[in-house]
Amino acid sequence: MTYVYFPGCSLTSTGRGYHESLQEVCRALEVPIQELEDWNCCGATSYMAVDESKAFALSARNLALAERLGNGSTQMMVPCAACYLGLNKAQHYLQEFPAIRGKVDKALAAAGLAYSGRVQIRHPLDIFIKDIGRDKIAARVAKPLAGLKVACYYGCQLVRPYAEFDDQHNPTTMETIMTVLGAEVIDWPLKTRCCGGSLTGTIEDVGLRLSYIILTEAQKRGADLVATACPLCQFNLECYQGKMNGRFGLNGKVPVAYFTQLMGLAFGLSNKSLGLNRLFVPLPERRAVAAGGGAHVRG
Amino acid sequence: MSAVNASPNGTPKVGVYVCHCGINIAGVIDVTKVVEFAKTLPNVTVAQEYKFMCSDPGQELIQKDLKDGKIDRVVVASCSPLMHEPTFRRAMAACGGNPFLFQMANIREHVSWVNKEKGSATEKAKALVAAAVRRVVFHKPLQKTQVPVNSDVLIVGGGISGIHAALTMADAGRKVYLVEREPTIGGHMAKFDKTFPTLDCSACILTPKMSQVRAHPNITLWTYSEVAEIEGYVGNFKARVRRKPKYVDEGLCVGCLECIEACIFKKGKFKDEFNVGLSLRKPIYVPFPQATPLVAVIDPETCAFFRTGKCKQTCAEVCERKAIDFNQKEEIKEINVGAIILATGFKTFDASRIARYGYGKYPTVYTSLEVERLVNAAGPTGGEVLLPNGQKPKAVGIVHCVGSRDEKTNRYCSRVCCMYSLKLAHLIHERTGAEVYNFYIDMRTPGKGYEEFYDRLMKENVHFIRGRVAEVSDWAMTPEEEGKLVIRAEDTLVGAVRRIPVDMVVLSVGLEPQPDADEVRRRFNISCSTEGWFLERHPKLAPVSTFTDGIFLAGACQGPKDIPDCVAQAGAAAAEALAMIDRGHVELEPNTAFVTEEFCSGCKTCVPLCPYSAISFDTSKNKAVVNGALCKGCGTCVAACPSGALQQNLFTDEEIFNEIEGVVKYV
Repeated sequence: MTYVYFPGCSLTSTGRGYHESLQEVCRALEVPIQELEDWNCCGATSYMAVDESKAFALSARNLALAERLGNGSTQMMVPCAACYLGLNKAQHYLQEFPAIRGKVDKALAAAGLAYSGRVQIRHPLDIFIKDIGRDKIAARVAKPLAGLKVACYYGCQLVRPYAEFDDQHNPTTMETIMTVLGAEVIDWPLKTRCCGGSLTGTIEDVGLRLSYIILTEAQKRGADLVATACPLCQFNLECYQGKMNGRFGLNGKVPVAYFTQLMGLAFGLSNKSLGLNRLFVPLPERRAVAAGGGAHVRG
Repeated sequence: MSAVNASPNGTPKVGVYVCHCGINIAGVIDVTKVVEFAKTLPNVTVAQEYKFMCSDPGQELIQKDLKDGKIDRVVVASCSPLMHEPTFRRAMAACGGNPFLFQMANIREHVSWVNKEKGSATEKAKALVAAAVRRVVFHKPLQKTQVPVNSDVLIVGGGISGIHAALTMADAGRKVYLVEREPTIGGHMAKFDKTFPTLDCSACILTPKMSQVRAHPNITLWTYSEVAEIEGYVGNFKARVRRKPKYVDEGLCVGCLECIEACIFKKGKFKDEFNVGLSLRKPIYVPFPQATPLVAVIDPETCAFFRTGKCKQTCAEVCERKAIDFNQKEEIKEINVGAIILATGFKTFDASRIARYGYGKYPTVYTSLEVERLVNAAGPTGGEVLLPNGQKPKAVGIVHCVGSRDEKTNRYCSRVCCMYSLKLAHLIHERTGAEVYNFYIDMRTPGKGYEEFYDRLMKENVHFIRGRVAEVSDWAMTPEEEGKLVIRAEDTLVGAVRRIPVDMVVLSVGLEPQPDADEVRRRFNISCSTEGWFLERHPKLAPVSTFTDGIFLAGACQGPKDIPDCVAQAGAAAAEALAMIDRGHVELEPNTAFVTEEFCSGCKTCVPLCPYSAISFDTSKNKAVVNGALCKGCGTCVAACPSGALQQNLFTDEEIFNEIEGVVKYV
């Protein structure tokens, strides 16, 4: 079965590393993906705040295009946490509120489209763990991430409120994958806290403070890097570290990579193909000692 | 077939009485129009309306018409038969009429309460009246049968509710079988240190009642036992009770505890159930010093002899009375009882279901039941509130409503948590001097002396923060928070998010039905609410009886309750069971199945289908036979009978078809 791949705007701009590494990892795991033709913006959080029905119509157009491809059983792979939330929200609201559905149907009809609600919106974390399975991932590991301590960070949008593949308050899918790759994971309570989101662009001080809280806690618990599954989180956490140093006293630099980039590294793929050259804060050198690497999830 | 000819008593005379029920019915339905319509129906000789048919003057209307010979059967168009069918039947019987020549048309719950549009509501009421009139014409003058009642009673569950019900019934001279699945009676109450709001010692008030149970000549106490099977009916139940082996003879053991001392395990090694896992016990143990009966139990799951066959059996060696018996087998006891009281209690909410409160992750996050054991002088720490590191906490947070008033877990209020949280706050503060913070949504303290207790706690300088806790974590933002658990909550009185660093968190877990409540309710053939609590017959007017006659409810198995309420309900259940027993007989409804022999082909389809084993097979005649005393009128056999030989009183084919036709013809 081919997954219909919906990259979303961020993955074609600031989140290119996610786009590149995800495709490489899918190729390595033999997960067939096909990019949705003529896709458009999901509506995102900003449009949702301005005009909800237009945001729903934007999401619904993507879902309608995807549904047309798959004989009623389309699986859509959505890596961006904001897109994942936006599309899921549209899916739920269309189902629950006939008034919204009426408006959206009308808009779709004007473009010669219709959506019946049968597309399954899936995050790559969900697909990798549920459809592909840890055994297949483990079998592909060529260079285990031994000795690397990872803080898995999901952000606020991915698991709340729509994701059904993991616990909404204490998700562990990324930890499972990182452990399979041979990395060590830290246990921390901030993995679903907000990174600041768009606030970093509007009320900078508040946004930066939220990002700082996450990075400093990861550092405190001994993490070598933060792994993310959201392009905005990655951007916020990585790009403003200079300002965080000055304003809040963040100690040094913390690498922030996409979980797919770490998967690719463990699979032995090249840094360039995984977009690692795009990182502002480079990943730590691989430690010579290959010992350790066991899981450390308490509770 | 014309209705008139089919009537057993010549031309039937039907009286139709339409009730206003104040404005409950008359506010939506045009009652006068319904009456006028009823007058046009065949066989109707009287049709009239009245404000409250269930009142005495309302019933007298029916009685007068019956006595005057104007009518011989009755249709009342009013409310659900669940409540007032017995009322009107009684009224008819009281003046010499046959109470089964009666039919109710439910125009309240089925019409006026669920319709807003007057016109269509009136039309629907007319259709239902037409149906009832057509049906009642075919009713037969049935007779109730009386069967004697066994005066013994079975009480399931030996917590405070079961204990109180057992003592009440036994003091009244009834023979009581009290069945408890744990090795001791006492239930949850035995685990508590103090009770709110009086702070009297739980054990001091409970254990005398426990010994009374043990000593009472009218009580047979079976602990470590479960009811495996129930058959029969009100007044004549047969129960099979499975008695698990304790491997210690109850008749011989005197509770000297030397066997426990002598066990090859020198120290406790296995989680002590009574201390909710906070201490360790040996494979041979008594749950607590005042356990009743005070008899040692061997747990075969952990006992070296049962696990490996290799053990010096030092426990048996040391027992002078030779009470230890490794060959003891499970026993099945069969008993006959007239009434059953279910007092199976509750379980506490599993706090690990709310991951963000950190239970099971941080060792200093406790459930309230665990803290009950910690503050108990007979508990694992001798009543000292100590953290795993042996230190007293300096700051303690109590999180209310864990698993209650929450769409994601349980929507209901567990009723006892506010009060026990106050009690624990007082005890913790008293024993440790710690700052205690209560995080609450609303304080719910209705009850005698309860609000006063809340007031007292506020004066004792316990802190109250109004806000549901968002999370408990070890995420420190300031040096003062380092090494502590941080409780984050929105303080809705201050209007700000607060972070309170504490050394210990108490999760005030709600009450839930027992994990096997559904299995148990099926075994006893009773209903439960959507949450799984056993369902009372009526939430206001029949709170201790169930829809199965002869089975009563006591305590928290019916819904969350504190001790005073449990005891009150247990007393009520005992009184109702006594009233039922003391009548000496029960009347069985005549809505039973019967066989028309000439149609019965002897196929035996019905025999195994009957859930009450009421159908036997007469091999000499080759016909099925229904035992009317056992038949509960469920209709399963009637539906299954391929030849139509099985019919059911009050639900014969002609009654049902005519009722349907009444609606269909009208519409």
